[in-house]
Amino acid sequence: MAKRFDLRRQTGFSEIAWFCLFALYAPILMLVVFSFNDNRSVVKWTEFSLRWYYEAFDNDGIRAATAISLKLAFVSAFFGTIFATMAALATTRTKPYKGMYLAYAVINQPLMIPEIVTAIASLSLFALIKQLTGVTGIGYLMLAHTVFTIPFAYMPIRARLEDMTLTLEQAAADLYAPPTKVFWKVTFPLLIPGIVAGAMLAFVVSLDDVIITLMVAGPGETTLPIFILGAIRRGITPEINAVSTILLVASIVFVAIFFLVQKKRTK
Amino acid sequence: MVAPADISPTSDSQKLARARQIDARRKRNTRLYLLLPGLVIIGLFGLMPLSITLVYSFLKPGSYGGVEWVFSLDAYVQFFVERDIFDDTLSPNWAYISIFSRSIGLSFGATLGALILGFPTAYYIASKPAHQRNFWLFLITLPFWTNLLIRTYAMLIIIRDQGVINLALMNAGIIDKPISILYTDTAVFIGLIYSYLPFMVLPLYASLEKLDLRLIEAAYDLYASRFKVLTKIILPLAKPGIVAGCILVFIPGLGAYITPELLGGGKKLMIGNLIAIQFGSSRNWPFGSAAALILMAVVMLALLLYVRHGAKGARHG
Repeated sequence: MAKRFDLRRQTGFSEIAWFCLFALYAPILMLVVFSFNDNRSVVKWTEFSLRWYYEAFDNDGIRAATAISLKLAFVSAFFGTIFATMAALATTRTKPYKGMYLAYAVINQPLMIPEIVTAIASLSLFALIKQLTGVTGIGYLMLAHTVFTIPFAYMPIRARLEDMTLTLEQAAADLYAPPTKVFWKVTFPLLIPGIVAGAMLAFVVSLDDVIITLMVAGPGETTLPIFILGAIRRGITPEINAVSTILLVASIVFVAIFFLVQKKRTK
Repeated sequence: MVAPADISPTSDSQKLARARQIDARRKRNTRLYLLLPGLVIIGLFGLMPLSITLVYSFLKPGSYGGVEWVFSLDAYVQFFVERDIFDDTLSPNWAYISIFSRSIGLSFGATLGALILGFPTAYYIASKPAHQRNFWLFLITLPFWTNLLIRTYAMLIIIRDQGVINLALMNAGIIDKPISILYTDTAVFIGLIYSYLPFMVLPLYASLEKLDLRLIEAAYDLYASRFKVLTKIILPLAKPGIVAGCILVFIPGLGAYITPELLGGGKKLMIGNLIAIQFGSSRNWPFGSAAALILMAVVMLALLLYVRHGAKGARHG
């Protein structure tokens, strides 16, 4: 009758764990469910409908914001991933050299400073540049986003590199492959899962950013999260739920790709 | 270090040394070129802005935003003391000090709350079979990668007066008037825990996963109770994870902007909102810069603590 004594068990811990899982997902699920509600209310369910999605797609503001968000995320994730890949190649699989830890600290700098500080600091610099040169445009936003996508892309690429031994590259070199050929024929193909994972994270953090974008964005550069923030301030509508759901699904798809690519690594 | 070119290598060992030198130099150059673009862009648009902020914090505010290039310590003075407009006497400026201490208090409270919820969760995950662990970790991490604004909005819908919680309680007849949580410190507190709980669970899990079961077994053999095992064995062993988790929740909590903005309704300000307002409607960039630097000083202090005590724990990410 006596159950086997479980060394690891602690009273109440499993309940708390399940509660946390519930608490993390219940609000999000509520939001998603009520985006399909055929009613103005976000708490009283009447009938399933895609009405709010149609309204969101018809909304010019949302369409424009989506276009800007995607453009911004593509450009910054593209450059962020390239720079992160290069930096990862220079900081892994080597004996520690002078300045390596400094380089490491600089790359991770955007993660260590509170976002609001980065946001107002970028605003100050860009305002100064705008004043001096008169140049305006979305380029500033792209620069600001590229900066903080680099450390996110860097992490999985670095992890992937550290899992790769140098043996294959050494074998290629032994067979007289020149360094560039070794890189493109051996290192790079092996590194692709890491690069894809990094690009996904870079894309997601750019797509989801609020604070830096809020401060740096000029007129007409409203991204989807900024649009949502403005809409929430004006009042809660199921249309916000619909747009939010679309953005959530987009993030989850990219993060799921990240996890799938990462998983392959351990096999 | 470069060998003079006129010395022609005579022996094989010299040739080898020479080749090694050339190889080392080439590697050094490659490394430099690889690092350059990333470091330059972060340096120019990540680090340089911070020095601009430092400079701005010592200037006077411009009338329409921006700054006037006149040296002034007003921004820092204004943060701590208030000058009486009639008799020029100085008194402590409680308005900003209270916003600052509220931020620290709320962030600290949320860190404790996240620890109380996160520790059992991380422990439970670590005690699961390996294949289930990954799935649990995925579920805990996923909200972190979704939009913070949207998650906060979801929380807002739930806790407001006409929200699910209040409706359910009223329908059940437990209360007859909605409990007002939204736009209070409690709302911000709940929102902060909700936002940053994954940050707590991940490092805790990383240190609990490595827990040596034999130590627990030994403690039970010596007639320790479950509670004793928890407080005397598990908690001390998980200390690096606890420190890392607390830092990872405290720092973003302290600088939070979205959570107090939406759930505090702009009335219950935190330092992040105070800074943002200076660059918006208040048009006092120097004061905003000074507040940002004060915030950063507190964050650096916390990070220093982390490096001293918790860096041996798992790195997040």
